[in-house]
Amino acid sequence: MKIPYYPGCTLNTVAKGFETSAKEAALSIGFELAEMPAWNCCGATFPLTPDNLIALSAPAKVLSSARKTGESLTTLCSVCYNVLKRTNSVMKNDREKRAVINGFIETDYDGSLNVTHFLEILRDNIGFDKVKAAVKQPLTGLKAAAYYGCMLLRPFEDMGIDDAEDPVVMENLLAALGAEAIKSPNRIECCGAHLAMTNEDIVVKLSGTIMTSAVRNGAELIVTTCPLCQYNLEKSQSRVASDTPGYAGIPIVYFTQMLGLALGQDVDTLGFDKNIWDARPLLRKKGIIK
Amino acid sequence: MKIKLTKGAIENPLIRQLERVSGEELKRCYQCGKCSAGCPVTFAMEIPPSQIMRFLQIGMMDDVMKANSMWVCVGCLQCYARCPQSVSVANVLEGLRQLHLRKGEDREQIKDVPFPFLKNAPQQAIVCGFRKFVS
Ligand code: SF4
Ligand code: SF4
Repeated sequence: MKIPYYPGCTLNTVAKGFETSAKEAALSIGFELAEMPAWNCCGATFPLTPDNLIALSAPAKVLSSARKTGESLTTLCSVCYNVLKRTNSVMKNDREKRAVINGFIETDYDGSLNVTHFLEILRDNIGFDKVKAAVKQPLTGLKAAAYYGCMLLRPFEDMGIDDAEDPVVMENLLAALGAEAIKSPNRIECCGAHLAMTNEDIVVKLSGTIMTSAVRNGAELIVTTCPLCQYNLEKSQSRVASDTPGYAGIPIVYFTQMLGLALGQDVDTLGFDKNIWDARPLLRKKGIIK
Repeated sequence: MKIKLTKGAIENPLIRQLERVSGEELKRCYQCGKCSAGCPVTFAMEIPPSQIMRFLQIGMMDDVMKANSMWVCVGCLQCYARCPQSVSVANVLEGLRQLHLRKGEDREQIKDVPFPFLKNAPQQAIVCGFRKFVS
C-alpha cells in the first residue's frame, strides 16, 4: 500500500535521519511512504493573524496538488502537520477565504484532503497492536520520555491528534515497542522554536527545563516528532550541562528512529550518526544494539 | 506607577486596527492570568501576556508597542489553550508584530543572522524566523 507523503523542507536535508528511518520502518510493516510530486515549502508557520491570506497560499498549493492524485497526505514534521492541517481546515470551512486563496494560486481546492501525521497512521490505520506484533528487537529496559512540544497538539480544535494537555500517543507507541515510557511534566512545553535565530538564551532555558525535567523523572532518552525541537534541545545540551550540576546530557532522537530499531532495521541506516548527541552507546549498554 | 486613563487613548484607532488584524476582541479578557501562568516566556517579557491584554483594554498602546513581549513570544499557543475565555494572546501579539512589519519596520536584518545558524539550523527555523521578524 502506498501512502502519499509530504516531506517538507527540513526532512530532505537537515533531518534526513528522520525521513529515512520513517520510510524504512513503514516498509517493514507493509506500506510505502510515497513522496508526493512537485511540492513546495509549507511556509513553516501558520499565520496567527486571520487576515494574512497570502501566507496560506503556499500550504494551500501543496494541499491542492496532493488532492489531484489522492485523498490523504501524511507528514512527519510537527510543523508541516500543523500548517497543512490548519490551512486545510480554513479551505474546508471558510468559503470566503477559500475563494480568495484559490484565486491566488489558480485552483479550486475545497479542503477535502485528509491531512494526517505518521503517528496517526501507526495508531489508527495500522494499529499499535500490529506494530507490537511486528517488533523484532524490543526496546526492553529503555526509559524513554516522549516530548511533544507545541505544534503537534495545539490548537486542539484544529489538530485533534490527541489530548492537548495529557497526550498519550507517543507513550503508547513507545510501550508497544517494548520501552518504558516516562511521562515528564514539561513534555508539552515549547523548546523556544524560531527564537533559535535571535534569542539563544531563551532557547537554552526552555530546552534545558524540558531535558532536565525528563532526566529527573528517570528518562534515559528523549523522543521527538519535530526537527526544530530536536535541534534546539541538542544544541542546548552543553550549556545546560554547564549550568546544571549533576546533568550530563541526554540523547534526543526521532520516534521513527526508535520504531525502526524495534522493527529490526540495521542501526546504521537510521541516521543516529547525524544526531549531535549519539544515542548508540546507551542503546549498546541496554543490549538493544551490538 | 501613576496611570492616567483617557477616553481618547481607550478609543485609539490603532487598537481597533489591532482588533481587526488579530481577529481578537480585547474586552473578552477578564484578567484571570492563566495565559501568563502557562506562557513559557513570561520570564523574558517586559509586559507579560495577561498584562498586554489589560494595557490594550485601557488604551496603553505606546507601552505595548515598545515592549519586547511580541518579539519573544514563540507562538506556542499555550496561552490560548489555557484561556477560559478562548482569547488568543498569541494572535494579539502576532497582530502587534504585523503592525510593525506592515509598515516595513523589520525586527531583524537578514545580514545579521549568524552564518553557522543559517548553515546548520533546520530550514523551518529560518523560514519561520523570517516570517516572524522580517516584512
Ligand atoms: S487567560 Fe484569557 S481571560 Fe485570562 S488573563 Fe489571559 S487572555 Fe485574559
Ligand atoms: S503563544 Fe506567545 S504569549 Fe502565548 S503562551 Fe506561547 S509564548 Fe506565551
